[in-house]
Order: sequence, then C-alpha cells, then structure tokens
Amino acid sequence: MKTYFLKRILSLIPVLFVVSIVIFLIIHITPGDPAAMLLGEEATDEDIHQLRVQMGLDEPLVVQYFHWITEAVQGDLGTSYFMKEPVMVSILSHLAPTISVAIMAGIISLLISIPIGILAATKRGTNTDRTVMGFSLIGMSVPSFLLGLFLILLFGVKLQWLPVAGYRPITAGLFEHIKYLILPSIALGSMHAALIARMTRSSLLEVLNMNYIKTARSKGVGEFLLIMRHTLRNAFLPILTVIGQTFGSLIAGAVVTETIFNIPGIGQLIINSVERRDYAVIQGVVLFVTFTYVLINLLVDLLYGVVDPRVRLSKK
Amino acid sequence: MNPEKLLEVKRLRTHFKTETGRVTAVDDVSFHVNKGEILGIVGESGCGKSVTSQSILRLFDEKYLVKYEGEIIFKNEIDLLKLSKAQMRQARGNEISMIFQDPLSSLNPVLTIGFQIAEAIMLHENTSKEEAMAQAVEMLRLTGIPSPEKRVHDYPHQLSGGMRQRVMIAMSLACKPRLLIADEPTTALDVTIQSQILDLIEDINKRFDMGVIFITHDLGVVAELCDRVVVMYLGQIVEEADIYNLFENPKHPYTKGLIQSIPHMDGDREEELHVIAGTVPSLENVPVGCRFAPRCQFADEQCNSQAPELRGIGDGQKVRCWHAEQIAERKEEVYATS
Amino acid sequence: MQVIQEDNSTFQDDFKQAKKRLKKQQKQLLFRRIMRNRGIVIGGSTMIFLSLFALFGPLIVSYDPYEMIVTDRLKAPGGDYLLGTDNFGRDLLTRMAYGARVSLSVGLSVALLSCLLGMIIGLLASYFRSLDNILMRICDGLMAIPGVLLAIALVAALGPKKENVIIALTIVFIPNVARVVRSAAIVVREETYIEAIRAQGAKTWRIIVLHIAPNTVAPLVVQASFIFADAIITEAALSFLGAGIPAPDPSWGNILHDGKVVIFTAWWMTVFPGILIVLSVLGLNLLGDGIRDYIDPHTTK
Repeated sequence: MKTYFLKRILSLIPVLFVVSIVIFLIIHITPGDPAAMLLGEEATDEDIHQLRVQMGLDEPLVVQYFHWITEAVQGDLGTSYFMKEPVMVSILSHLAPTISVAIMAGIISLLISIPIGILAATKRGTNTDRTVMGFSLIGMSVPSFLLGLFLILLFGVKLQWLPVAGYRPITAGLFEHIKYLILPSIALGSMHAALIARMTRSSLLEVLNMNYIKTARSKGVGEFLLIMRHTLRNAFLPILTVIGQTFGSLIAGAVVTETIFNIPGIGQLIINSVERRDYAVIQGVVLFVTFTYVLINLLVDLLYGVVDPRVRLSKK
Repeated sequence: MNPEKLLEVKRLRTHFKTETGRVTAVDDVSFHVNKGEILGIVGESGCGKSVTSQSILRLFDEKYLVKYEGEIIFKNEIDLLKLSKAQMRQARGNEISMIFQDPLSSLNPVLTIGFQIAEAIMLHENTSKEEAMAQAVEMLRLTGIPSPEKRVHDYPHQLSGGMRQRVMIAMSLACKPRLLIADEPTTALDVTIQSQILDLIEDINKRFDMGVIFITHDLGVVAELCDRVVVMYLGQIVEEADIYNLFENPKHPYTKGLIQSIPHMDGDREEELHVIAGTVPSLENVPVGCRFAPRCQFADEQCNSQAPELRGIGDGQKVRCWHAEQIAERKEEVYATS
Repeated sequence: MQVIQEDNSTFQDDFKQAKKRLKKQQKQLLFRRIMRNRGIVIGGSTMIFLSLFALFGPLIVSYDPYEMIVTDRLKAPGGDYLLGTDNFGRDLLTRMAYGARVSLSVGLSVALLSCLLGMIIGLLASYFRSLDNILMRICDGLMAIPGVLLAIALVAALGPKKENVIIALTIVFIPNVARVVRSAAIVVREETYIEAIRAQGAKTWRIIVLHIAPNTVAPLVVQASFIFADAIITEAALSFLGAGIPAPDPSWGNILHDGKVVIFTAWWMTVFPGILIVLSVLGLNLLGDGIRDYIDPHTTK
C-alpha cells in the first residue's frame, strides 16, 4: 500500500509542473504589455518601465518562471498590484466563505443523491426509477448559476423563507451561518447531486449483475443486506471517483455561485481582479484552487486503498 | 425398493421477458434427484441447463425478468415455486445450495472468504459471529484448504483458482444442505485441479449422503462422477438414463452424437473426431416438430411436423424421439465426420 | 445455351431488384432505429428548433437589439413587447434571438475547433509513443485546472472578445477530446489489420488518416455534443460574470447579467433566457446520450 501511496503522490509532480507553466504563461499571452494595461492610458513610458522592472517583466521568461515558481512553492504568490498586499493574504481572507459553500453543497448533494441513486437502482425499470432519472437529467442541464438565479426568484420574490444574498461567518452562530448557505449550496450542489445519483444507480446496477451477487442470493441473503453488504462497497469505488472529481469542482463552481449570492469568497476576489486586471491575483487564485482540487482528488485516490482490499493488499 | 426422492421437478417452464417478447428457455422439463445421488445434467451451452438449475433456487428476478410454471417438489412435500420470498430465502443455502462456474467472479472481492462462509451460517443458524467464523474454519479444513485459520482472513484475489472453488464448496456446505447444485464447477479450472474438485464433490456426496445436481457439458466428467444423467437440448430433456445405459445404449440421436464426439485416449489416432452437423437454433425460433430434427440425419416427415414427448422405454430410461428404437439398433456411426 | 443466358439475365434482374429492395429496407430500418431512440428525436428536434430560432429569429423580430428606448424600460411581457424589455428599454425577444446566434455559434465553434485539434493531438499521441507521454501529461495538467477558472483567466489575459472566448473555451476542452480520441485510437492501433497495412509499406500519415481516424469518429461525435453543451454553459457563466462576451453585444449570459440587477422587478429577464440555456443544454445532453446508445446499445444508462 505504501508504494501505491508513493506512486500516486509522485504522479502529481508532472501534473503540477504543467499546471504551473500554464498558469504562469497566462499573463504572457496578454496582447500588449501587462504593465501598460495595468497603469492605463495616462501612464508615461517611465512609469511603465518602472513597473516592468518591479514586476520582473524585463527578465527572460525562463528566469521569470523560475522566480515565480520558487516563491509559489514557498507560499508566496506575489503581491496584488491593486490591493497592495500579498496575494496569499487576499486569498486566505476570502477563503472561509468559499470552503463553507463547497462543503455545504457537498453534504447536501451527497445526502440527496446517494439514497436516490440506491432507490432508483433497487426499483430499476419502474416509474420511481424513471422519475428519478428524469429529474437527474434536468438537474444536469441546469447550470449552477442559473439555478441560483431561479432560486433567488423563487425564494426572494415568492416565498421569502431564506435570505437570498450575503454571508454570515460561523462566528455569528451556526444556525445563522447555515441559513445563508442553504440556497447557494443547493444551487451549487444540484448538478453534482444529479451526476452522483446517476453514477450510483448505474454502478449499483452493474454490481447487481455480478456473479457474486448470485452467490449471495443462493446463500439466502435478503434484499436489504444484498444492497448494504454485498453491493454498496463494490459499487462505491466508481462512485467515489465521481464524488472526488465533483468535490474538487465544487470549489471551482463556488467561485461562480458566490457572485450570484454576494458571498465574499475567492470567487468575488477573482472576478474583481479580472475587472482590475490584477494578474497576480488571478494567477494566484487559479493556482490555489487547482492545487486544492488536485489535492482532493489525491485524497480520494488514497481512500480507494482503504475501501478496496485488492488495492490495499497488493504488494505491501 | 424405490430410493427416496429428494427433489422432483415437474413440467418446469421458465419464461424470460425480453424486448421482443417471451422466450421460453426451459420448456416442459421433468426429472428427479434421489437422496444421496449424483444427477448429471448435460448439454451444449444455451441448452437451458443453467437456467434449470437457477430456476430451482428461483434466482432470477421474478418481478421483471422471469415467469416460472410447473412444480418443483422438495423432500416430497414442499413446492418451491409456491414458497413466499422469505421462505425461499430460508431454503437457499440452508436446504439447497449452489456453486458456480467461475469461482473468482462468484466470490465478493471486498469481503474475506471467512466472512462469506460465516455469513451463510449466520443467516440460517442462530450463532454468534465468532462461532460462525470458527465453523467457517472447519468448513475450509473439510474442503482441504491448508492452514484454514490463516486463510479465513484472506480475500478472494489472494487465492488460486482451485482454492477459490474449494471456498465456494465450503460456503455451500456450511449449513449442511440436503441438495447441492454444481453449475459447471470445474470448467474454469486446470485439468489437475479439476479432478481434485471432482474428488471433493464425490467425497462430500458420500460423507453427508447429500444429493448433487452436477451440470456440465463434459461427458467425460459425467462418466467419472454421476449415477444418472439427463441430456438437454434447446430447453428440453431429450434423454434420461443411468450412467451405464447412457454410454452403452444411448437412444437419442443427439446423445449418440455427443458420445461419439468424445475423443478416445486409447482410440485410433488417425480417427477423426465426430462433430454434430449444423448449429443450435435460437430459442426465439424453435422448430415446429422435434427440436433436434434440423440437425438429425434420421428426421422424416413426422419429426418435422410433430413434437415428440419424453417417453419411458424401460429400465428407467426415457427418450424424446419418434424413432428411438429403430435408431438404437443401427450400429454404424450416426454422423458424418468432418 | 440460349436458355441458360435468358435464365442468367432474369436472374441478374431479380438479383438487382432484391438488392434494391434490401437497400430500401435497410434504410427504413435505420430510420426506424433512429426514430425509436428518444434521445436523438427529442434532443435533435430541440436543437433544430433552437437553430432555426438563431438563424431566422433576428430576421423576424421588429426591434433593434442595441437601440435603447428609455421610456420603455422594464416593460412586462405582453403588449408591444412580447417578452418585455430590459433595463435599457431594449426588446427582450430581439436580444434573445440575436443572443442565440452568439451563444450557439460560440458553442458550435468551440465544439468543432476542440474536436478538430483534440483529434489531431489524440491521434498523434496514440501513434507516436514518444509524443504520447508528453502530450498526455500536458492534457493532465490542463484538465487539472478547473475549466471555468482557466476560461476566466484566459479571457482576462486575452481580452474580452467573442473570438477570445472561443479560443479560451477551446483550450479548456481540447484535452477531453484528445483523451477520448487517443483511447479509441489505441484500440484500433493494436488490431492486426493495421499491422498488415503497415507491413505492406503504407505511409504513416496514410494509416493514421485512412485507417485509424475513422474509428475514432463515433466517440468523437458523442463528445462533441457534450462539449457543445458545456461550452454554452461556460460561455453563459463567463458573460454572466462579466468576463465573457462584452456588453452591449447580446448573449444569453449577458442578458442574465443585466437581469441580475433588476431580478426582483423584472423576472422575465432571468426566466426567458434561462429557459433557452436549459433547453439547449438538455437537448444536447439528450442528443449525446442518444447517439451513444445508438452507436453502442450495450452501454448501461
């Protein structure tokens, strides 16, 4: 298992290397001079030149990359030109709401999707199954920002049960904190819930066709234990992959959802930075989120080993 | 003195619902197994032998997939097809158990083999988990697995193919069932392992006086193991005979063809193997008359238009053929060589 | 002799007719198989409807998509304006029709471009083992970056223009295509007939283009319809966030962006373009699923 862990962790190095190069290059594909863009039209050549030196743009690309990456590895993502503070500081101060939304969306989507997927699989071919699958197809076709807008319309205009904008930190009380997170989390989680429900269903159906399920039946195992004990654990591996992938993308999705609900997370940070052409922040946020995403996928992969004895026991 | 019947299948039909309509995979099948007897069911793949065996345990999804007709009488009293779902579950693994062709895919990869055996015990007997695990070790020992105390904690992928089939057998024996159904249990194994497993099944059959239904396409295995044999073709039984009569006096042209297609170790090396001409028709369009007629060189008008019944011809032998008596007389090789 | 010839010619006539009949039957069968596939029928007709809306809608509507009539701001649906007006007094239906052109053309261009480039990369990777490792690592890296973020960053760097949105989204989706094509191509590459063709001395590019590429088309078409849908979503999200198609050009995402400010007074600005986005994504997803089922009926849904 240790070799499996080690292999999996080492395999991230080339991925992260490519990621860093792509993100580094983003600023350099800008047509024109980023320094000139930052300063606007009234800047003198002198000012621009000064900023170029300050940003290190006068050095060769390789040198610039080398500087940038050695600092990034140490957690220094540069300085925001607009906010005059280290990018890392900006990110960290915007991080809590994003993580809250992502976690809450993850919890809600799992709580809905897995039972629904199991239900559809055990009632395969019935109207229950068709209804669940129909809803999940619609769920997959409504992008989160759109669902967010619809929810605001429904709750803000019609029902008025839940706050439709804003954010309360957890220090304002857990109930208050969650109340503000419910709508954004539903908006963000619905697509993932639909996807996971489908995956759960098809994965369970696949396992239910396996020979060992027939063996279990021939032993006299009842339907309930058949699902809980013999099917779920086997079906869980592919489900886990999807959960891992979607959990990572929840963070990215939160970026969009936040803007709709006026939540001051890293989504707002990057959107504001796009308007301000604050490239260091854009780069920093993308790098940070990607790193988190990769890390979550890694954790999911490592979880594989715990669930599947075929992985856990291979070459100890 | 008639031996006591353990299981009697009467006019069993198993219909599958498919997109294009109903397919009858097992059509009017009747046979019985005596206590302590090994009954072989032989036939090519797709002849309905596996479906028959799984119908006995009612393993198919009765809600959407399958419809059974007929009777399956167990121990002269219970009709398995009339049991409720819960009652049927109690019978499975406890009274009747089953082993399958491919032991690797038939064992759950994420559960230890010890647990999988103990589970069968816990489902049917009021035992604690520790006790059931202890019994599992005993069952593994009985089936000849070395150092079973250690092996119980293994997962299926850690064992060899032969060992896995022993685990399957241990699991099926765990509750001392009266009937064991073995569905091609040796097909996926090496030849040497094969004979070990056959010996084990024979040993268990003798030791516990347990009835066995042994399903195979291999007549060689049948000759080695079975007391009586049922030959199936395209969802129907075409011949039933004891092991002696089957090989010495086969009455049905299909049985004859099967026997002639066995390679002989001691025979003339130059001699070519016999092959039954033609292919098995699909279940969706079975011939009107005798189902074997299109491949039978003796088929005449009657065979092509009227379906023969399975009829007794003395000495416990039954055959489904209009011309069984005349064909049996003919000594020459029945089928063209190819 | 003559008799035989006559026989022969009638036989050939029969043969020709039989062949014709068979071909006709085959066509009918194909048609019936397609019509039985609900995904293709429903998804396909939805997309045809939306395409017609994009093509002919702007010709039929009677307003200018850019002209602001200040006195007619935020008119509710009905009356002069069928679907109401936006906060600048522009007819919503008109903007939605022009927006359909933008949104669908961005989606289609991204689907076509990323499929073309992804196919080239996937084929190269599948055939040249030395390239495979490098190309696939680059794909891994690109796929590790969440698509929306990469798109936001790329558009921010390139500048908010329709062409740049297409470029950014194409870069985002190329790796998916490359992976699909590569895995389909590798299966074919291992076939013996490719070995046989190579042994006959065929040129490498000929093998790739004539023998390997056609086998990757089926999964590619399925992938294309999903990318089309994803591209529509992402473009709408970018424009909604103000980081995509620049105002005042209409796109469905842009209309939503304008509508967000007045969501409590003008629900129509959110609901109608929203429905169009959902319809097109649903239609493309159904179409993709349908085509996949059609190509390979054994896949579990």
